[in-house]
Amino acid sequence: MTTTSQTTASQTTASQTIGPFWHLLEDKSWADLTRFGAVGEVISVSGRVLDGGGAPMSDACVEIWQASPTRSDVFPGFGRSATDAQGRYAFKTIMPGAVPMVGAGNSWQAPHFAVTIFARGLLFHLMTRCYVAEGAALAEDPVLGMVAPERRATLVARCRAPGDWVLDFHMQGALETVFFEI
Amino acid sequence: MTITEMPFKPYAPGTQPGNDTPAYRSTGLRHPTQSLLRIPQSVTELSGPQFSPAQYPPTANIAVNDGVEAMGERIIVQGRVLDEDGRPVAGSMVEIWQANAAGRYNLPRDAHDAPLDPGFKGIGRVFTDAQGGYRFITIKPGAYPWGNHENAWRPNHIHFSLFGPGYATRLITQMYFPGDPLLALDPIFLATPDAAARARLVASFDLAVTQPNWALGYRFDIVLRGRNATPMEDGDDHH
Repeated sequence: MTTTSQTTASQTTASQTIGPFWHLLEDKSWADLTRFGAVGEVISVSGRVLDGGGAPMSDACVEIWQASPTRSDVFPGFGRSATDAQGRYAFKTIMPGAVPMVGAGNSWQAPHFAVTIFARGLLFHLMTRCYVAEGAALAEDPVLGMVAPERRATLVARCRAPGDWVLDFHMQGALETVFFEI
Repeated sequence: MTITEMPFKPYAPGTQPGNDTPAYRSTGLRHPTQSLLRIPQSVTELSGPQFSPAQYPPTANIAVNDGVEAMGERIIVQGRVLDEDGRPVAGSMVEIWQANAAGRYNLPRDAHDAPLDPGFKGIGRVFTDAQGGYRFITIKPGAYPWGNHENAWRPNHIHFSLFGPGYATRLITQMYFPGDPLLALDPIFLATPDAAARARLVASFDLAVTQPNWALGYRFDIVLRGRNATPMEDGDDHH
């Protein structure tokens, strides 16, 4: 391939909305992070994406990324789920472990997923976390510790049954999810 | 386990659109009302998904589908994916999706009164080369109406999805075409405050990218976040 562009410093390309027709990109298998043969403690993570009026966002794209277990040919660490008519997303994956927090006294972060939400009406994707942990691990998590105590629950999934974790994302309202600038 | 990677730089002011953009009506109930919480970049944000052509097969020529040539103006879209310091982002997956030449997406949920095209699905995927270069063959997408305001039309555009080296470099954007009169009327395009940043979303017509007697050519370079020059507090345990 011939390229003639110069290599010079520049500023980032602007984000634009994923829009309502991103489903051309959708491959439903991507919601299953075990599809390449990963083994381990299989869990499901699911929930709903809701707008400021409490209505389901039925055209959203939810992505998760987990740094643990380490990415490999059999474990992508990454998943994507379209929301359905009820605004519901769902993933099947391997339970993440704790990961280190550099520069914070070598503390450890509780098991979590990084979550990205794209949708019509979002010009820049929203970034948040979904913790899949309970008890002391949460209390000692350095990122969760930065969140106002009354809003921490918006980042913590509920264990509905063994291996079945649930977390809803609220764009606005009393239960508005804590979104990050990274 | 020690993380030695530098954190990604903050976005330069004005280069990214804000989600609270009333002129784009769908933002109303979907943008967060509370301030975003700035968190440090940990292993979660510094690392990110990586894709291989073996598991995610490329399709560079989307101007043909099952042997049927797409209707419309055949174009080559070519460019480089770089970071803010001009370094190529090599081996990175680039995906595009778009409407057909009549301005309709090949999706049941697109009800626009325009014909579908059996020669066009509208989805492509390639991986950048060592210089960060990518190249697609497609057709110029049509403009289409949308319900945002009276007689609203989206400018011709191609959607791009990129990941880059980390979770923090994720980018979904749209490439526009030079000279499109709808750009000045489009609240999505106009939502980015900085005029130079908006201008970078518009591809350049480039005679060198064309293929004579076959396809016109556009150049669209994409810049992802670069890394800070100074390392983060690696292994600082002096608490």
